[in-house]
Amino acid sequence: MSTPTPIIGGSDRQALAIQGLSVSYLRRGKSLKVLNDVSFSIKPGEAYGLVGESGCGKTTVAMAVMRYLAPNARVDAGHILFQELDLLAASPEQLRKLRGDRMAMVYQDPGSSLNPSLTVGRQITEVYRFHRGFSKPEATEAAATMLETTQISDPARILRRYPHELSGGQQQRVMFAMALATNPDLLVLDEPTTGLDTTVEAEVLDLVSQLRTKFNASILFISHNLGIVARMCERVGVLYAGRLVEEGPSRDLFSHPKHPYTLGLLRCVPRPGMRKNSRPLDSIPGSLPPLGFEAQGCVYAVRCPIARPRCRQEVPPSLPAGDQRNSRCFYHDGVSQIPANTSAAATTSGETHQRTLLHIENLNKSYGGRDYQVAAVTDVSIELGAGEVLGLVGESGSGKSTLAKCIVGLVEISQGKIRFDGANLAEPADWREMDLRRKMQMVFQNPDTALNPSHSVRRILRRAAKLLSKGQTAAEIEGRISSLAAAVRLRPQHLDLRPTALSGGLKQRVAIARAFAGSPALVLCDEPTSALDVSVQAAILNLLADLQASQYVAYLFISHDLGVVSYLADRIAVMYLGQVIEIGPAADVFHPPHHPYTEALLSAMPTVEGSDETERIRLTGPLPNPSNMPSGCRFHTRCPRFLGEVCRLREPPWQQSGEGHLYRCHIPPEELSRIQPGRQAKS
Amino acid sequence: MLRFLIKRTALAVVTLLCVSVILFAVAQVLPGDIGRAILGPWATEQQVQALDHQLGVDRPLYIRYAVWFSGFVRGEWGTSYLLNRPVAAITLGRLGNSIILGGFALCLIVPTSIGFGVLAALNYGKWVDRCISIVGLSVIALPEFVTGIIVLAVFAVGLGWLPASSHVPTMNPLDWFRQLLLPSIPLMFILFGYISRMARAGTVDSLRSNYVRTAILKGLPRRTVIWGHVLRNSLLPTITVVSVQTGYLVGGLVVTETLFSYPGIGKLVLDSAIGHDLPVLQATVLLVAVVYMILMLLADILYTLLNPRIRLSS
Amino acid sequence: MDLPENAKEGMDGVEDDGVGWESGRRGTKEFFLALLHSKTFVAGAIILVFWIVDAIFWPLIVPQDPEAITPEITLRAPSWAHLFGTDDLGRDVLSRTLAGAASTLTVAPAATCLGVIGGVLVGLFVGYYRGIADDIVMRIVDSLLAFPLIIIAVLVMSILGPSVANVILVIGIVFTPYVARTVRAAVLVEREREYVAAARLLGNSGLYIMFVEILPNISAPIAVEITIRLGYAIFTAATLSFLALGIQQPSPDWGLTISLGRAFLQIAPWEVLFPAAALATLIVAVNLVADGLRQVLEE
Repeated sequence: MSTPTPIIGGSDRQALAIQGLSVSYLRRGKSLKVLNDVSFSIKPGEAYGLVGESGCGKTTVAMAVMRYLAPNARVDAGHILFQELDLLAASPEQLRKLRGDRMAMVYQDPGSSLNPSLTVGRQITEVYRFHRGFSKPEATEAAATMLETTQISDPARILRRYPHELSGGQQQRVMFAMALATNPDLLVLDEPTTGLDTTVEAEVLDLVSQLRTKFNASILFISHNLGIVARMCERVGVLYAGRLVEEGPSRDLFSHPKHPYTLGLLRCVPRPGMRKNSRPLDSIPGSLPPLGFEAQGCVYAVRCPIARPRCRQEVPPSLPAGDQRNSRCFYHDGVSQIPANTSAAATTSGETHQRTLLHIENLNKSYGGRDYQVAAVTDVSIELGAGEVLGLVGESGSGKSTLAKCIVGLVEISQGKIRFDGANLAEPADWREMDLRRKMQMVFQNPDTALNPSHSVRRILRRAAKLLSKGQTAAEIEGRISSLAAAVRLRPQHLDLRPTALSGGLKQRVAIARAFAGSPALVLCDEPTSALDVSVQAAILNLLADLQASQYVAYLFISHDLGVVSYLADRIAVMYLGQVIEIGPAADVFHPPHHPYTEALLSAMPTVEGSDETERIRLTGPLPNPSNMPSGCRFHTRCPRFLGEVCRLREPPWQQSGEGHLYRCHIPPEELSRIQPGRQAKS
Repeated sequence: MLRFLIKRTALAVVTLLCVSVILFAVAQVLPGDIGRAILGPWATEQQVQALDHQLGVDRPLYIRYAVWFSGFVRGEWGTSYLLNRPVAAITLGRLGNSIILGGFALCLIVPTSIGFGVLAALNYGKWVDRCISIVGLSVIALPEFVTGIIVLAVFAVGLGWLPASSHVPTMNPLDWFRQLLLPSIPLMFILFGYISRMARAGTVDSLRSNYVRTAILKGLPRRTVIWGHVLRNSLLPTITVVSVQTGYLVGGLVVTETLFSYPGIGKLVLDSAIGHDLPVLQATVLLVAVVYMILMLLADILYTLLNPRIRLSS
Repeated sequence: MDLPENAKEGMDGVEDDGVGWESGRRGTKEFFLALLHSKTFVAGAIILVFWIVDAIFWPLIVPQDPEAITPEITLRAPSWAHLFGTDDLGRDVLSRTLAGAASTLTVAPAATCLGVIGGVLVGLFVGYYRGIADDIVMRIVDSLLAFPLIIIAVLVMSILGPSVANVILVIGIVFTPYVARTVRAAVLVEREREYVAAARLLGNSGLYIMFVEILPNISAPIAVEITIRLGYAIFTAATLSFLALGIQQPSPDWGLTISLGRAFLQIAPWEVLFPAAALATLIVAVNLVADGLRQVLEE
């Protein structure tokens, strides 16, 4: 239909070249600019990482490349050059030939990206039949071979399955098989491991590395996780509010950032070894700009520590900042000198927490009817002292959320005892006395749904203050609302807004204020920062640490993020398939000798500094079905340090690995110290 | 899968039992003495009581229920008070007629509605879509007698192409159209909006889904995407809707049958309710419920067969 | 290079001004403006308002007395004297058509209110508390829905006897399960959200949670359901009068008129066609309003 547009500058050297791309969305009559003059290119065989937080436009870049933008999106300007063609000007027929053949994509949520009504085999063989003209048996064989390459066990059987019968990790492998079937020149990965458990994520990333040795596609790797991008990509580009603010070789960029935003991002990620007692987390002041935000000058100037008048008036162009590096900052040379946060840390009163606040004994919770039982929590016994922070770590199916719900009374216990502040706790939340309710509250994971969207902030806080106190006059309650808002750093004008008008960070502050309305003694935090962007997370963690110290509150802090937990927690408990398998002081649990599962978790965490390849511990096998628990040690089906029959037959005993540090394993601590490589604390 | 079937059938049977009890109770509450209603105002009190005794209406309620229900299950449905003929013959005959009319309407309406709904979804936002949608939503809830009377006025009276009252057609296909086309048109109006909207919504959801995005970005041709990926998923919810409507097409045609003087089961319910012909009323309504339940069960089975997620879960 | 002053101070992340985000909810004023932008809504609303005004003020609008029987001019075709013709008793069809709106627009809204109130209450309770009550109620609902609506209505009306109050009662009660189903489905979604768990943790009573926390957030599907039910209420009321189970003579009710005038279809079709057209425009108007509302709420 149309002749290919002429090549604009050296695209024969680049696999993909994006030049001056600007995209906007039309929403309710307003035009919101989502991408603004974005330019970068990917060499053949290279992996290019595109990082940014929510709303920066990275997914829009991927969709623009694949030409699958939403109907209300407009490409305002730019070219995307691929295989001597400007994709933005290509005809539907040209696109159809390229897609699935020369360029392929893997998505964030593999479960919903596969057709639930078709077998996996049918969905893979389609690619072979349409792009290579294979017959059905040829295609099936090719599909099985491809699945083997992605390390799925028993490929022939998997081909006959439907997507909902596979685990998340298996589904993603299927997606990779479909994408790489035709050995494409470009592979776009849009957050391919977000939503997968940490250990599964590590496996998938390993797979990608291995596949790169067999296939030489160029990769556009989109992620919000700096560690993953540092590990997987040679070059990195950082997006902020639709602008590419910095790019360069990944190792160089992460060790010597040349843009204040990159520096801020790197500094505010908590890593194992950082503790709340040493100093507060670095956070980026302000919040992420709303979608379509356009500034007169530099888009980051509002939050930038080194912003000057020129930054607010002129848009910085992409300036060279070193060997193959670019930065959209007039003062990029000064970035390395920006000081870190040296303000005082939250002071906690005393390290010994004498009084036992919460005592849990043999707690069990099972779901299910007569036919089958699913044990969500099995035989958990832990103690929490007043003013202490206990971190609870585990992946999906570990039972940590269920445990929290049992303690707080949202869910009925099947068996066991809970004592809180001296009194026995058995009733569900609805029947508890006011005094008990005000002393134990909860902060939830998702700030969007944790606040009633129809009520104003003031109303939400007023209700909490009223219900969690006795005999207060209206004036006293209004005073309480003001002091709560001040404590979580909300401004007075926020109080009269509805939650939908607030950003994620602000919403979570309101949720925290609500939990603190009755001056609690224990606050359960169920993944309070998991749904927030990294820059916002740091501020919320600082707030939580402050409140904990100033109000002498105990936390039961649940998270899957080891860095976050080790920052806040005094002690840490690790859960797997409903059991506590390790517990001890925060500083100790993440060092050997410790449980092989904890070891694997730590090893799976991608960090920006990069880790030694030889130290990588990987779990084999899928997560067992909770209705079909493994016998003996529940971890034995995946344990890299599996001993033998004893692990299969007998429940492992508690072993002591240090002062107050216990774990359940058949391997004694002396043996573990020998075989587990020492990891140095990173501060 | 088998367990699911047994469970659903058991559920249907229990519901039918409940329905039969409610129905019996309701029917017995119909005002007026039965014997008096049959014999008229000039009969003596003695004669009325004798007839009542003969009909068995002076026995306690639960005995009457037990007698009636056991009779129903065995196929002995009694005799009509008004027509003095066995109920079974009347009722089943009328049921057959309704099935013929309903079946004809179904074959006409369902493919058309689904087709238009899918067409609208595939042209989302364009004028084709807007036309179909507006027409569809406008005609929801238009009573059959309203559209029916207009259709009658135009085609039967005005143009004289088709008869004003419909008989049960002969085996000749042409006769089917002659007799059944006009009564089907009001039904078409009622069902078109609902079915086409469901089909459209299901198809739009499917088109926006992630798995269709995968299919398109795999470079599959549009035809394969639509037939192989979209429709399979989009039509599942439509099936449930259609099956519910099928029940309506059998038992709910009271108005259409009245308007077109068609001897169907809906009209029988109306007549027997007004005329207090209890045996006929009870048997007919229960029969309608049975038919409805069977259709819903078939729909459930069909849906389960087509949806792998349900079919394969334990 | 000299760093500006603020770089040297410690930052503590205080200034969080994250307001002005793309709000998913519009204010009341914007809501009404959006409604006025919807062509379907406006078209339907105009017709609906016309009929409402007519239903209230028909004594002032009608050219002749709708019940005035004049045997001399029966079954006259439309003419300048009688724009819609006369019926079999010599009554002016135009006047009867205009007057007929009143009965329909009295019964249908009343029945809808009854059904919606009942349905919301049942749906809220059953959806929030679940448990055995939920099982029982949903079984009953499912068995009621085992019948075509009209059969139930016919049965009950033949027991109760035809009257306006009975029609309202029957339709209201028959609609309750439909509304309850929709409300229950919406409640089931909301009760899983964390703000409901938070409300329980604060010690709010079940009633408070149902009516103050959950109900405002399901107002959109309820509003849409109300408008849909209104259309079906009109449908059912008119059908019942057509089957002579509803309003009785000499009311100019449209359904009744069509039922009685049916016999004269061959010779005087205007007697039934104009009421039929009037009923059709009313129902189409309600459907358009319902759809416009749904579109605006779903955006």
